Amino acid sequence: MTARPGEIHSQMAGVIKIAVLALGGQGGGVLSTWIADLARRRGWLAQVTSVAGVAQRTGATIYYIEAAPDKGRAPVFALSPAEGDVDILLAAELMEAGRAIQRGFVTPDRTVLIASSHRAYATAEKTVPGDGLASSEEVATAAAIAAKELVLFDMQKIAEGAGSVISASLFGALGGSGALPFPRSEFEATIRASGRGVEASLSAFADAWARAEEGETSKQGEGAPGTPRVGEPQGPAKALEEWRRLEARAAALPEPARDMAQAGLRKVVDFLDPAYGAEYLDRLDRVLAIDSANRDWALTDMAAKYLANAMVYDDVIRVADLKTRASRFSRIRGEMHVSGEHVLHLTEFMHPRAEEAIGVLPAKWARWIEARPRLFAWIDRRINCGRRVRTDGLFWFGALYLLAGLRRYRRSLRRHEIELEHLERWYALALDTAKRDYALGVEILACRRLIKGYSDTHSRGTSKFDRVLSALEMLDGRADAADWLRRLREAALQDEKGEALEGALKTVKSFA
Amino acid sequence: MAERSFAKEVEHLRLRAGEEFHGEGILAITKALLQCGVGYVGGYQGAPISHLMDVLSDAEELLGEYGVRFEASASEATAAATLAASVHYPIRGAVTFKSTVGLNVASDALANLASGGVTGGALLIIGEDYGEGSSIMQERSHAFAMKSQVWLLDPRPNLPSIVKAVEDGFELSEASNTPVMLQVRIRACHVTGSFPAKDNKRPPMTVAEAQNAPRRDTQRVVLPPASYQHEQEKIAKRWPAAESFIRERGLNERFGPEKAPVGIVLQGGMYNGVIRALQRLGLADIHGETSVPLYVLNVTYPLIESEFLEFCEGKRSVLVVEEGQPDHIAQTFGAMLHKAGSSVKLAGKDFLPMAGEYTGRVMLEGIGKFLHAHGAELLPDAARAPNEPQSSKPDTPDLSGVVPPRPPGFCTGCPERPIFAATKLVEQELGSHHIAGDIGCHLFASLPPFEIGSSTMGYGLGPASASAFNAAGAKRTISFIGDGGFWHNGLNSSIGNAVYNKADGVIVVVDNNYSAATGGQDILSTRAPNASRSTGHSIVDAVKGLGVKWVRHIDRTYDVPKMRDTLREALTTETEGPKVIVASSECMLNRQRREKPIATKAIKLGERVVRPRFGVDEDVCTGDHACMRLSGCPSLTVKHLDDPLRDDPVAHIDESCVGCGNCGEVADAAVLCPSFYRADVVHNPRGFERWLSGFRSRIIARLQARRARRRLTFDEVSA
Repeated sequence: MTARPGEIHSQMAGVIKIAVLALGGQGGGVLSTWIADLARRRGWLAQVTSVAGVAQRTGATIYYIEAAPDKGRAPVFALSPAEGDVDILLAAELMEAGRAIQRGFVTPDRTVLIASSHRAYATAEKTVPGDGLASSEEVATAAAIAAKELVLFDMQKIAEGAGSVISASLFGALGGSGALPFPRSEFEATIRASGRGVEASLSAFADAWARAEEGETSKQGEGAPGTPRVGEPQGPAKALEEWRRLEARAAALPEPARDMAQAGLRKVVDFLDPAYGAEYLDRLDRVLAIDSANRDWALTDMAAKYLANAMVYDDVIRVADLKTRASRFSRIRGEMHVSGEHVLHLTEFMHPRAEEAIGVLPAKWARWIEARPRLFAWIDRRINCGRRVRTDGLFWFGALYLLAGLRRYRRSLRRHEIELEHLERWYALALDTAKRDYALGVEILACRRLIKGYSDTHSRGTSKFDRVLSALEMLDGRADAADWLRRLREAALQDEKGEALEGALKTVKSFA
Repeated sequence: MAERSFAKEVEHLRLRAGEEFHGEGILAITKALLQCGVGYVGGYQGAPISHLMDVLSDAEELLGEYGVRFEASASEATAAATLAASVHYPIRGAVTFKSTVGLNVASDALANLASGGVTGGALLIIGEDYGEGSSIMQERSHAFAMKSQVWLLDPRPNLPSIVKAVEDGFELSEASNTPVMLQVRIRACHVTGSFPAKDNKRPPMTVAEAQNAPRRDTQRVVLPPASYQHEQEKIAKRWPAAESFIRERGLNERFGPEKAPVGIVLQGGMYNGVIRALQRLGLADIHGETSVPLYVLNVTYPLIESEFLEFCEGKRSVLVVEEGQPDHIAQTFGAMLHKAGSSVKLAGKDFLPMAGEYTGRVMLEGIGKFLHAHGAELLPDAARAPNEPQSSKPDTPDLSGVVPPRPPGFCTGCPERPIFAATKLVEQELGSHHIAGDIGCHLFASLPPFEIGSSTMGYGLGPASASAFNAAGAKRTISFIGDGGFWHNGLNSSIGNAVYNKADGVIVVVDNNYSAATGGQDILSTRAPNASRSTGHSIVDAVKGLGVKWVRHIDRTYDVPKMRDTLREALTTETEGPKVIVASSECMLNRQRREKPIATKAIKLGERVVRPRFGVDEDVCTGDHACMRLSGCPSLTVKHLDDPLRDDPVAHIDESCVGCGNCGEVADAAVLCPSFYRADVVHNPRGFERWLSGFRSRIIARLQARRARRRLTFDEVSA
């Protein structure tokens, strides 16, 4: 009855230990059942365990499989994975692979890590006002170090391409990795035997198998911002001619800032007209005059970006314009898989306030109303309510179309007056400062990032912008002023209410 | 309709002697009940035994064939009280629920049941929700066994052992006239395996037969002087009867050599973990052959003194592997050794942690340390060297600041999300309030992005937990309660209490038509038809029946402005007494499961079907993510644009969207931005509709072409 110590441990080598880390709804249960069924088809004994319950409500869940060749006696399998004791780890999402590494389930002496490089963003990442997305590169780097072998590519994309779910492509990647001693035909037979969505599953399985067999790991940065789409603009001959002149001016800009200026130019011309593009380049010329190559044209580059964003403010005309474009309609039809056999209804969720409505009035009239708060409030009561409008119908399409047509009068409208005034103040401040403190000038330009959104969001953004810039008085003249302004801006992007910003401002006050 | 259907698996329950049963732990338990001739079963859902209730529910027809009564009990207290059927009649009964929360609720009935004792075997199958994946406070069921003196089985986590424990449990219960608890841990419920089946048995006496021939015995009623007698009986008769049954039938097991310097005593449920640790230390083989003696407690209460002392004989030291705290088992063993004047050293929580799950790593380290200290001669050379599990190469980057937390949350399209978005909006207007949470999916609101709800005191006790805060003139409290909690306990403990005590707070009943968090089981107010239960009972009527004067019913929670306005009214109205808002919309998981196949079939058949989905105009979105902070929907996500001018990722709705409308409603109610749109795709449109759409499209296309001719356009239009 007693086993002799020493020789026993080698027998344990026959057990394969597989953990699956998945999110609720990713088919982790199906995948682990497939793996166990596969082993049993080959005459192995296999055991699956999982933790069901609320953990499955979109949270991370672990499935665990152990399998061993049948030697006529039941083995004793463990019920959950242990640190340093996992042979194969399948992660259905990149951060789950990261979590597995963190928990010690991936070790260089034994673990084959098979992970999808795609991301399903967690709430904590999505709610940050700025960019709160976790670094995929760091996890990929850690995975390459922590695993004995790594199979990493976008298995979600493969699954979607085949009309299947990620469990099928993970199963394919597992097969293609060669980590299990079973032939491909048995993998496929397992999928067939399971009965549902077989053809789509087999297709995803085959694609993922091929990718994994190549030993290919995905290039990080897939889907990261790249070069802008560049296509030739269309339009009336005269406008095109003007455009070419503008394009030539932009092309003459120094190299580091040129790409940004070209993108910015398209954006502002698209917003209004070629003359607005000329205004943009004129403003850029002002910065160019005080910039130089030995600064790597950083000020110009930053100005090219944020000038364009500032000049293209989000007014109702722009919204109406974007909502009625043919390109939008075709994009939606593509995204929603609408074909000729379907009919598409489009409902927009709008909530204009008096500010928006008065913004499209001639500046003089608007100022007259703004000076009369009771009238303003009366208008707000009439305007300020949620509106659901059907842009596939002629009435509301027509209304938005007419609104979009107001763009050519924009220069005389109140909102334009407000925005341009604000822009000029900010731009002049940045340029004046840059003459004294170049880096600080660059940072002032970058603060424009804080202003975005509509209505309340817009006012909140503007107030953060003002608060960050309010520190200038305290910082100006200090050697580390630019660095501090950058820190303040980053703090402002961390949370909605600006608590981090308040903290950072207090710090500045303490030493200034 | 529950989340998972076992209709196919239930067929395995018909297997006969000589056949092999393959499946999950919970199915094995059901099969074992039938093999034992159970007369009635009942229970209340909750992880990890939710699926056991679902299996029983799906097996109702089969149960009926054997004359077995199945009840989906109103609560764990009801379930435990159901076992009263075994007090006077020789009928075997079994109930199931999650623990320790279920035992908390059931403890009144359980104590009464244990006092009077039982004639027929009474089995409580409790899903011990402890450790990773647990959704409740971390406590042990063991204390309940001790205080009421009911026996506690903790079988080894494999199917043959669990099935045997069901059989042993009934017999032990009958032999000692005592209810028996059978404890199964989370993973044991879902572990797969096989066992040789036996024939199902018809109960020797059915509940119908008992009803037609009633019996009574005043001595079994918990009333003085009988109740004093019961206590004496427990000690003088039932306990010794249980001890001798456990000993004679060998319910506890011993493995490994007779003679060794050390040994390990363990709860049955810990067996696989202990063996794995010994395997990794080189002291056990794949089949569990061990060179360290093991005494496996498949019965953890009562503990058999003579068996334990025999195991200790000739050993220097014995390690008790007992998960959770307090360490009741080790304390009892310690007292036994002391009383016997033994010199055996008892180890336990000094080598293993006092609190928390005994995971693979914990076992390996704890048992390893114990053996190094007390039985080093047993260890193979390799293991005698320091045996720390190699976590990862030292140069693996630390990911703790990178990997985001991913707690469970509301599902895509969940109808509870807009309720909390509206609450957040009301708080932005009226300031913060004391908000009490309750058990159920709605408790996820206490996590980001909502961060609503500051306490949870028990199922259906949300409003009760705010009852102290009723000071005159102070800001009103808001408390949440789910429809599951409402029917479980809340009707009386929360609503009735608030009426009686003239509470002034606001109570929101989150009504998603099911006991959703436990897997979507039907309840009294479920609206979908149910052939075997009486459903469709109105929460609003029930609340009014209790005397609540101010009641509002919102029949579509996705209407965020209405939800917000109703909450505002409730917080500001002059009306006295509790203000109850019943916010109803069907659980989206259940709804999709019900409607999706119907819609897919209808589309195939050429019927007109409208499928809604939401979208975001990425060039209108400015990337502030205010919408995420009022939603948290998994399908509302972000993406980086291919545009050097944009710093922050923009909102994006992926294909998993079910078109619930929350994002559009929130964008409107919170005056966020005009980026959201709803796209209704009409499948198989009718003739006129098709013509109208074509007509509109042509005019729209003409207008678009007109504008394109007059301006510069940069974007490409694909046909």
